[in-house]
Amino acid sequence: MTTMTDPPRESFRLSMLLYDTRYRSMTIQVVALIFFLLAIGWLVNNTLINLATLGKEPSFRFLSQPAGYDINQMLIEYNNQMTHFRAAMVGLLNTLLVALLGCVTATVLGVIIGVLRLSNNWIVSRIMSVYVEMFRNVPVLLWILLVFAVVIESLPAPRAFRGENPEASMFLFDSVAFTNRGFYIPSIEFASPIISSGTSWIIVIAVLVASIIGMRAVRKRANKTQEATGERPTTWYLQLAILFVPFIVLMFVFGAQLNYPELKGFNFKGGIHMRNSLIALWLALSLYTAAFIAEIVRAGILAISKGQSEAAGALGLRPNRIMSLVVLPQALRVIIPPLISNWLNLTKNSSLAIAVGYMDITGTLMGITLNQTGRELETLLLGMLIYLIISLTISAIMNWYNNSVKLVER
Amino acid sequence: MADQTSTTASYVRTEMLPQKAPPANAVGLVGWMRANLFSNWFNSLLTILSLYFVYDILVFLIPWILSPTWNAGSLNECREILHELGRSGHFAGACWGVINERWEQLLFGFYPNGAEEGASDLRWRPVLSFVLLAVALAPILFADRVPSKLIWFTAIFPFLFPWLLWGGTIWTPVFAAAGFVVGYFAFKATAAAAGELLGMIVGVVAAIVWWLFLMGPLTDVFASILAIGLEPVISRDFGGFMLSITIGVVAISMSLPIGVVLALGRQSDLLIVKAICVGFIEFIRGVPLITLLFVASTLLNIFLPPGTNFDIILRVMIMATLFSAAYMAETIRGGLAALPKGQYEGADSLGLDYWQAQRLIIMPQALKISIPGIVSNFIGLFKDTVLVSVIGLLDPLGLSQGIRSDANWNGIVWEIYGFIALLFFVFCFGMSRYSMYLERKLKTTH
Repeated sequence: MTTMTDPPRESFRLSMLLYDTRYRSMTIQVVALIFFLLAIGWLVNNTLINLATLGKEPSFRFLSQPAGYDINQMLIEYNNQMTHFRAAMVGLLNTLLVALLGCVTATVLGVIIGVLRLSNNWIVSRIMSVYVEMFRNVPVLLWILLVFAVVIESLPAPRAFRGENPEASMFLFDSVAFTNRGFYIPSIEFASPIISSGTSWIIVIAVLVASIIGMRAVRKRANKTQEATGERPTTWYLQLAILFVPFIVLMFVFGAQLNYPELKGFNFKGGIHMRNSLIALWLALSLYTAAFIAEIVRAGILAISKGQSEAAGALGLRPNRIMSLVVLPQALRVIIPPLISNWLNLTKNSSLAIAVGYMDITGTLMGITLNQTGRELETLLLGMLIYLIISLTISAIMNWYNNSVKLVER
Repeated sequence: MADQTSTTASYVRTEMLPQKAPPANAVGLVGWMRANLFSNWFNSLLTILSLYFVYDILVFLIPWILSPTWNAGSLNECREILHELGRSGHFAGACWGVINERWEQLLFGFYPNGAEEGASDLRWRPVLSFVLLAVALAPILFADRVPSKLIWFTAIFPFLFPWLLWGGTIWTPVFAAAGFVVGYFAFKATAAAAGELLGMIVGVVAAIVWWLFLMGPLTDVFASILAIGLEPVISRDFGGFMLSITIGVVAISMSLPIGVVLALGRQSDLLIVKAICVGFIEFIRGVPLITLLFVASTLLNIFLPPGTNFDIILRVMIMATLFSAAYMAETIRGGLAALPKGQYEGADSLGLDYWQAQRLIIMPQALKISIPGIVSNFIGLFKDTVLVSVIGLLDPLGLSQGIRSDANWNGIVWEIYGFIALLFFVFCFGMSRYSMYLERKLKTTH
């Protein structure tokens, strides 16, 4: 019989905090936390003392005061009697607008360029390489300023459209005008006497979303039928009908009509006016980011080993099927995360709007509002917070997507 | 029977045919063109369209570039010269006079060039410091091609670089470097007596005390005894391309150690440390650089003790360093994650402690893997330095605004932006080629 004796219980000594690995990490963390809090306290203390000396105690009351400045490009109603908060919202929407436009254009361009760069046509792939290197290796601010200068210098002024024999003419049956003040495009307006135009827009968008969900349901059912019977029902006409019929009916019900831009006096009236600053920013950001996206797409397609497409070919799949069923789903797994981080970069780069005078959140909240109210701390913190929220939202979506498509190994 | 047929039948060849040359349309230029340019009708169409596109651009671009306006003194003179040649219109030709007149300014900003009375041309200093920078980088970038003793120069360089650019007495960099020596000896002395951990703490404290309290007076004393130094240059005179390179180099080299610490913190098991590191990294990566530059220009003084005021270029460098440190941390974290787990376990099984393992096993490999990422970080940061023009610093873009509003050059667009773009392109393209070369070299798979 053996007797088990407990090991002698060591009494706790103070030196164990340093030399015992069980406690050391605790010590380090507590020390780090103390230092961190001390540093934060030091910064906050300095800030409060400095602000008190300047007579600017932190307060966000300025947000509810009238802004007193005009914004030339806006998505929601705004005039200079409205509050700074409203101005910041206009700016935020402008940021989101240019980010959205830029992301769509950059992605489309980037995919085309990335695929063409892999083309076996030597000259085409060379041209695309030149494009990519040219745009990647020059600062985006330079491209923005350059495109802005080009729009202003080389497009015709609105007065060139006047007279019997105008120097410039509008495009697409006199509906679109490219001028150095910006682009004028037709807008859709609802002339329904019952519902206001804002409500109409919401209903139209809701119906479109519902249609897309309906299309997915149709596809799902087709998949099920295919799995059960081996025959895939033809659904494209049904899908098109689901997408377009409700939309067109709604447009008729709400009395939608196109409002064309027209030259009146010295400028165009009516339609949507996209300012030259918006155009410059949009184009430059798209062209710049497209170069990066092209590289991502190329890398993604090259990352799929040749054996995959050869094996798919051996199974008897046709080339376009190989692309859509074998190569692309795998390539997308490689492409999407860096793609989203490039969208994020584009959104952050849109803050360079300030260089061409486009009124985004940097231009309104962190630009004119800051200068008018002198509240550097509050405006900058708020602006950074907004950008942070946008970024964190996008990266949360990215992580969620990543986890959902991750290969499960072992 | 069968044997007889094969030897006697007249229609069976008995000797081997000599090898024939491949058909003329499958080799050489023609073959190459058939394979790469005209393999099918669609490719041929693309080729023809692309050729036309390239032709169009060249026809437009070459006469524009070949414009004899190098010595013109203003945009009007350029136009006259072009007019005499019978060229007119919006894109008749470039006006290179502006580059001829301003290229020195675009490169060096207002760094003393000897034009003023009693001032001497100091521009050799930035030139020398950038040449030495290349020398100092060589042991890191081309480790297998240069003598390894050169790494000592790399260690000295961080103190030499600011001294060359800003000037002042030589004792400042000497005593700044001495701080490390003091810290090292304090560490050695205490570590022998009271253990490594205490030695580390004493060493760091000794170095900080040296820098904060002893360095200033000692520098003054030595400077008054032995006045060796360079003519000081104030930060306000920094500008042009030199400013971009300076900000980029300082920010990247300062951000490397911070980035390593942040990456280790993010990987560590210590919850609080990890949370602090993740918070910092995600915050910096979540906001645009321009907002951080606004902070540098308007807020940084408010965060510091009352009365602190240092110049805007230093503030911008601090913010750029913090900015690139966050990105650097993510790059290095990628390198750490790419190391096989066996490396960590091997280090543990050898009985190394955390710091020994990091120093001897993990970091050398992780940093080596992440060099391409670090280079592309540097390219990104270098391009982003043009943002300082938004807060009023005179980098090339900031200077270009001034040049464009000059009465002589009002209306210049392409020449000046093209010149700046070309400068950036040469640097960034060179660096990206280097990073590709490195990736090829580091790649061990087939």
